[in-house]
Amino acid sequence: MNEMAKTVRSTCPYCGVGCQVDLIIKENHITRVEAPFDVAPNYGRLCTKGRYGMDYVSHPSRLTYPMIRKDLGAKPRKPVDISGFRRASWDEALDLAAEKLAGIARENGGDALGTFCSAKATNEDNYLFQKFIRGVFGTNNVDHCSRLCHAASVAGLQITLGSSAMSNSIAEMKDLEVLLVTGSNTSETHPVISTFMREAVVKNGAKLIVADPRQIEMTQFADYYLQHKAGTDVVLFQALAHVIVKEGLVDQDFLDNRVEGLDEYLPSLESYTPEYAEAICGVPAEQIRQAARLYGSAGAAAIYWGMGISQSVHGTDNAISLANLALLTGNIGRPGTGLNPLRGQNNVQGCSDSGGLPNVYPGYQLVSDPELRQKFEKYWGVELNPEPGLTTMEMVDAAEKGVIQGYYVMGENPMMSEPDLLHARHVMEELDFVLYQDIFMNETGEYADVILPAVSFAEKEGTFTNSDRRVQLIREAILPPGEARADWDIIQDLALRVEVELGKEGSVGFKFENPAQIWDEMAELTPPFQGITHERVEREDGVHWPCPKPDNPGTPYLFTESFPRGKGKLTPLEYRPSAELPDKEYPYILSTGRVLYHWHGGTMTRRSKLDDIYPEALVEIHPEDALNIKVASDDWVKLRSRRGEIEVKVLVTERSPQGLVFLPFHFAEAAANILTLDARDPQAKIPDYKVCAVAVEKR
Amino acid sequence: MAKDKTIQLTIDGKECRVPEGTTLLEAARSLDINIPVICLHEATTSEGLCRQCVVEVEGWGRLAPSCITPVEEGQVVLTESERVIRTRRTILEMLNASVDLSQSDVLQAQMERYEVDPNRFPGAKKREREILDDNPFYIRDYSQCILCWRCVQACADDMQYTYALAIGGRGHDSHITTFFDVPVPESTCVFCGNCVGVCPTNALQGKTEYLLEKGLQHNEIRARRRQERQDKRRSS
Repeated sequence: MNEMAKTVRSTCPYCGVGCQVDLIIKENHITRVEAPFDVAPNYGRLCTKGRYGMDYVSHPSRLTYPMIRKDLGAKPRKPVDISGFRRASWDEALDLAAEKLAGIARENGGDALGTFCSAKATNEDNYLFQKFIRGVFGTNNVDHCSRLCHAASVAGLQITLGSSAMSNSIAEMKDLEVLLVTGSNTSETHPVISTFMREAVVKNGAKLIVADPRQIEMTQFADYYLQHKAGTDVVLFQALAHVIVKEGLVDQDFLDNRVEGLDEYLPSLESYTPEYAEAICGVPAEQIRQAARLYGSAGAAAIYWGMGISQSVHGTDNAISLANLALLTGNIGRPGTGLNPLRGQNNVQGCSDSGGLPNVYPGYQLVSDPELRQKFEKYWGVELNPEPGLTTMEMVDAAEKGVIQGYYVMGENPMMSEPDLLHARHVMEELDFVLYQDIFMNETGEYADVILPAVSFAEKEGTFTNSDRRVQLIREAILPPGEARADWDIIQDLALRVEVELGKEGSVGFKFENPAQIWDEMAELTPPFQGITHERVEREDGVHWPCPKPDNPGTPYLFTESFPRGKGKLTPLEYRPSAELPDKEYPYILSTGRVLYHWHGGTMTRRSKLDDIYPEALVEIHPEDALNIKVASDDWVKLRSRRGEIEVKVLVTERSPQGLVFLPFHFAEAAANILTLDARDPQAKIPDYKVCAVAVEKR
Repeated sequence: MAKDKTIQLTIDGKECRVPEGTTLLEAARSLDINIPVICLHEATTSEGLCRQCVVEVEGWGRLAPSCITPVEEGQVVLTESERVIRTRRTILEMLNASVDLSQSDVLQAQMERYEVDPNRFPGAKKREREILDDNPFYIRDYSQCILCWRCVQACADDMQYTYALAIGGRGHDSHITTFFDVPVPESTCVFCGNCVGVCPTNALQGKTEYLLEKGLQHNEIRARRRQERQDKRRSS
């Protein structure tokens, strides 16, 4: 029956857990997905997206040949669906793209380009992308969607520790003693990780604290559920720290040897009494005390968080408030402890690691550091720009001012994911040239001049790095549709043509024959990767970086001896309310987020059978609010903010607290980001997707 | 339990030294002796349900289920004695008489290994159940279910902690179901498919494969899904 089937080991393309999968392939289709039981990080477990959501790769709407906009040059450019494009050869499309991008760079400098690399593409794709942009165009304007998810976690952990990755491994989670989960609807956004959390609680007697405005599923397993009001995180965690200090639960040894800043920090805690916090957060003071005692007196306690912490105008402060807790109690640098931002995309960790950020080369080596820059200049054979580039939303700002004139977007959908979408879309209409490279048409592709068809994770080779810094392989399991090509292959071809246009032939080095060679070049330039090769990842099923030498086993948990910045830094914080609070006209808080069955902008899951079980957007409304608005489940409401309005179906549920409505952002027909506010965290530049004010009216 | 205590025993004439607490099955595997199993799975808890892993321990009246029996000092164990073989053959013959095993590669191989007589129990009644097709992801064909419990365990405390599955009925009518027998989408199921991943027969099967085996092409499966969605929208 199965004699025709073959099995190919790969890495799930959805979230940052990085589950290892066996793809069962028949007649060039993925017919079944299994999980190997003996391999980290998932040990045989999958979630619904991994097991049943891979059918998008064979969807008939895959892009199969290059295309060029029919009304090329028309201004303003209007969004058009696929019928607004004509088929082109690879040569014609790449030559046109090269000519246009090079033209913009020649006339206005490389900084007139804005480029988006991809948290869904491989490390190798992203390394090559930023090498192309930095080396050939001389700009650092390269960023990706992690700006919109964990930028604040990165900023907060850089300030306190000097490093931003998840500190501990997923594999050690089942042995946790105490865990604090906040701003993470783990069972829907990182479902397999949530099973290890529940295993720790149910089987091993771990104690769970959940702090979340919504009564998410994980609260059913919690010993303490702290239901704080949206946007009051800093107050809650400072109050926990207050109790820990007042009741003498700090780890004095750790403070003496590993931490600095205590003298400035302690006075800042004084006002954050549990009673003050209760008034602001709505969490009973006694609960705060008990949770603080539990976390503070644990032998080992770990913190896990998601977008609820980072996607905020005070996201950096939120992350710092968690780091402060870990530093006070010495809960970092040992198994079962740690500060763990759960990464969203399959390769959002790796995209950042590979230099997909405006201020750093691969391995977080600063572009502004002359010594590091010279290393890359020497290796690549070009002069590099010492100025850090623009972040995703700064690129929108620059495009609005006419400073940026061309976009190169690889495997991202900023026209769904940016806040205040109507504004972002308007800016897109004025650009001189947009190059779009993806596996499907999406809301961003509708603005393209040239479309380049890429291949999916199942049709190419390379590595993804998961949330716990584990570098894992993807392998070619099926043949790509039509003329689609791997991202790295497209980038290299385009780069060579742009080099010709700019008279820089052969200067930077684009002679790669396969992704393994690309990895080797990146590893040579990036000390924490130097012990890792594709061959080793294949042999060991995955390696945790930092791994500086071939005989180094890799690093499942970080900071055993010290922090990258030396000592951990306790940082005083001040509570700042959210940027837009409810008022008479817009009386509800809107929080946006994800549901189990869908993924981000929906480009993948809405082309999967996953869409059958959750086919339309539902806004969660608390029963009391539903009474006031006079709606029931399945009624339609209009959600209106100061930026725009959408219509959406209602789900009446106690999951969302009174006064807050929750809207998933996967659905283009009810795009949540039409409503959201482009208010940014001052340090991380991340927008607030969790708190803005809306009106809700029965339609 | 003292951690480092080593137990010495003999399995099929071979000397074996393993830590205390090791099961007879694990000890045999350390000697590369292949004991067949049905209900046991590395991801789920051994319950000793199917008894296919039984072995003969010298001096014991009953055969020992090796997956849950810890080793003891000086034991002499036979894993393929005449009595063991007869027992395994009978277990397979009884299963085969009541359940459709035709799509289970694992059980077909064991039936060949133990030379099973498919007509051993001519008067037995096969469990016949309608295929349950109530969600977009997997079908449930309990006429192929051998009640190994793995799916229930995977859904509960061995993998997923979702607790959507239960065992209903008694005796010959025992069967796997959801709590209160509701369709899967109305249960707590989150469609992780971890139950499908541990099913040793084809009682739980991905819907795509199920439809492919029925002869549908991928585009036909897609069209059918579209139709089902439209029907559902119209009826609601």
